[in-house]
Amino acid sequence: MEVFVQQLINGVTLGSIYGLIAIGYTMVFGIIGMVNFAHGDVFMVSAFIALITFLLVTTWLGISSVVAALLIVLVVAMVLTSLVNWTIERLAYRPLRGSFRLAPLISAIGMSIFLMNFVQVAQGPRNKSIPPLLQGDFVLMSHEGYQVTLSYRQLLIWGVTAAMLAVFWYVVSRTSLGRAQRACEQDQKMAALLGVDVDRTISITFVIGAALAAVAGTMYLMYYGVVNFADGFTPGVKAFTAAVLGGIGSLPGAVIGGLLIGLIETMWSAYFSIDYKDVAAFSILAITLIFLPQGLLGRPDVEKV
Amino acid sequence: MAGRGVEAPAAAVSTDFTHALKDSALAGLIAFGLFLPLIGFHAVQDIRNELVLETRWPLLFAFVILAMAGRLFGSLVVTPWRERRAARPRAVAAARPGATLARLFAPAATGFVIVYPLLVLWLAGLGGAVKWVDNFGIQILIYVMLGFGLNIVVGLAGLLDLGYVAFYAVGAYSYALLSQTFGLSFFMLLPLAGILAAFWGIMLGFPVLRLRGDYLAIVTLAFGEIMRLVLINWVPVTNGYAGISGVPRPTFFGIPFNATDEGFAAVFGLEFSPIYRTIFLYYIILALALLTAFVTIRLRRLPVGRAWEALREDEIACRSLGINTTSTKLTAFSIGAGFGGFAGAFFAARQGFISPESFTFMESATILAIVVLGGMGSQLGVAIAAIAMIGGTEALRELDVLKEVFGNGFDPTQYRMLVFGFAMVLIMVVRPRGLISTRQASVHLAERKAIAGTLVKEGRG
Repeated sequence: MEVFVQQLINGVTLGSIYGLIAIGYTMVFGIIGMVNFAHGDVFMVSAFIALITFLLVTTWLGISSVVAALLIVLVVAMVLTSLVNWTIERLAYRPLRGSFRLAPLISAIGMSIFLMNFVQVAQGPRNKSIPPLLQGDFVLMSHEGYQVTLSYRQLLIWGVTAAMLAVFWYVVSRTSLGRAQRACEQDQKMAALLGVDVDRTISITFVIGAALAAVAGTMYLMYYGVVNFADGFTPGVKAFTAAVLGGIGSLPGAVIGGLLIGLIETMWSAYFSIDYKDVAAFSILAITLIFLPQGLLGRPDVEKV
Repeated sequence: MAGRGVEAPAAAVSTDFTHALKDSALAGLIAFGLFLPLIGFHAVQDIRNELVLETRWPLLFAFVILAMAGRLFGSLVVTPWRERRAARPRAVAAARPGATLARLFAPAATGFVIVYPLLVLWLAGLGGAVKWVDNFGIQILIYVMLGFGLNIVVGLAGLLDLGYVAFYAVGAYSYALLSQTFGLSFFMLLPLAGILAAFWGIMLGFPVLRLRGDYLAIVTLAFGEIMRLVLINWVPVTNGYAGISGVPRPTFFGIPFNATDEGFAAVFGLEFSPIYRTIFLYYIILALALLTAFVTIRLRRLPVGRAWEALREDEIACRSLGINTTSTKLTAFSIGAGFGGFAGAFFAARQGFISPESFTFMESATILAIVVLGGMGSQLGVAIAAIAMIGGTEALRELDVLKEVFGNGFDPTQYRMLVFGFAMVLIMVVRPRGLISTRQASVHLAERKAIAGTLVKEGRG
């Protein structure tokens, strides 16, 4: 029981991170029908930006308050990562509208390889670690020496994720920007005829996706305290799995899928075999795509000629 | 047409120029924001093993200037040139003057690769030739072979397979395990490894080939990763990370390549040298690559090959015409996998050691990059792309000048994937049909129709 509760806490934390990345996949897929393969690497780049901003803030500016430092890091990471993703969209995806079917995906794969190796060359292949932040935890349950703990860091991740999702939900469902976005998702030509700037809306979609990925990247860096140039690949595929599981194109689906993948991964590690936890996640991806391609909350794919 | 720029009023030119300057400044600003954290700063570990920041302002400055110059060049030179070209009426495609040359090129190239080891032997001598045959010959030919194999799947059938390395791994591990357990020879296991890999292709392909293109790509990626993780974790069979060492080397029809009295050199009365084995391996992989190319060329002329190409162009039309898309895709997928298996068995036999490290996603990505760069569907393009990319980085490693410029730790393979990734994006943006060669359907209407530019871009022209 105690183990289960502890894994539940860990799983929800991990799931929050996956969910934030998954939104980026699902939004881009919804609006231009493309699997943004490079999104996992954008997440990794954001973690690196957060790392460097953190070092800058703590060692150069000498800000000692952890909360203030994290806030600055979060904002800087969100802004710069958005800029990165905006540029990527402009240079690598926008010229490909109307090209052949697989062109955007191949371009995204190329971009993913480029980003990963760019960070490796620019910052070196070794793990980068920061000193642990916000140590300490609440003990929730205790039984025969086994303590169920909820660390400050986990609590912070939950809080930030919830706040970001609330803001994001407000933007998508209540503002004219969100309306334009949903309109483009349904029918780009019609939206353009009604005066929606489709290109701009698509750019903003990439910016929002990147900002949420940057939140995930900052949280990831804070939670694990270490980041590596190759860290974008596996979380990226898992977040994509989350988006597919929740129903690609569906925003609540991405969050639910993220939480589910996080829980499945931690539970699998606790009760089965930690060596095969990634195999479990990848298998879910394959099984979902084969047997339930519309996901839990998605609409079934309609084929148009 | 040439006089257009001159006829434009001077005022328009100057606003164009200020506009371009503004654009360029904006590009510089964006580049500054993009590169400030990752190029401007470098997080390094100090003596106490803590991360500290070093600054690299000159490098950052160089990147910003480069972005500004690039943007300026784009708006002042490239855009007007493009507009001029778009305004010019398209010449009706006539017979290309280089056609005969192109037809002669392939046999000439084949002839060259056949005599290549002997040429090197003659030029570099016994000792110096190993490097040239091994690094530049065998290494490139393995990728040519893998590229040919993946070309069937991606280039001909239009199925994006991101887990191709899984079949390469199946071939390699099949050969390593079967030869160690049962003591079977290389030439018996080579077809077996191919058959096993093709079998795996059918098993993995059957459930997923109904999926739409991009989903298929992701699922094959997942399969590739699952395969690698199983190889890492199934220690009793695969020996995990440590890999399998002492994989038997191929023999010359029963005569081993060693220094003993029964060895190849002694039997043929030659002075012992490792070069004979290398040359033998070179001819094996060359034969395999040529076999793959030959089979592909023949398959393209068969109904199944034409069905592949039709499938690539338009799946819905194929289904309307009564082509069984699942089995058509499955044949492409499994034949491609089979060739991957051949290459894997050869790789294991050549290295004598295999570990999961050799079968990462980056390997799949490299092969895919070669196929994309070469022009999906074109054999010659794939071969040239493999030579340029794999041979190019090997050649850069040889250049001592670069070591002096970039310091002793300079390793061009580090930049290889960087260039690959960038090139993949660039090709998709500039020439989606491939840099080196354009793919052409084996059968098409003799009469060329004038169609809209968007359709040509989609590959229907």
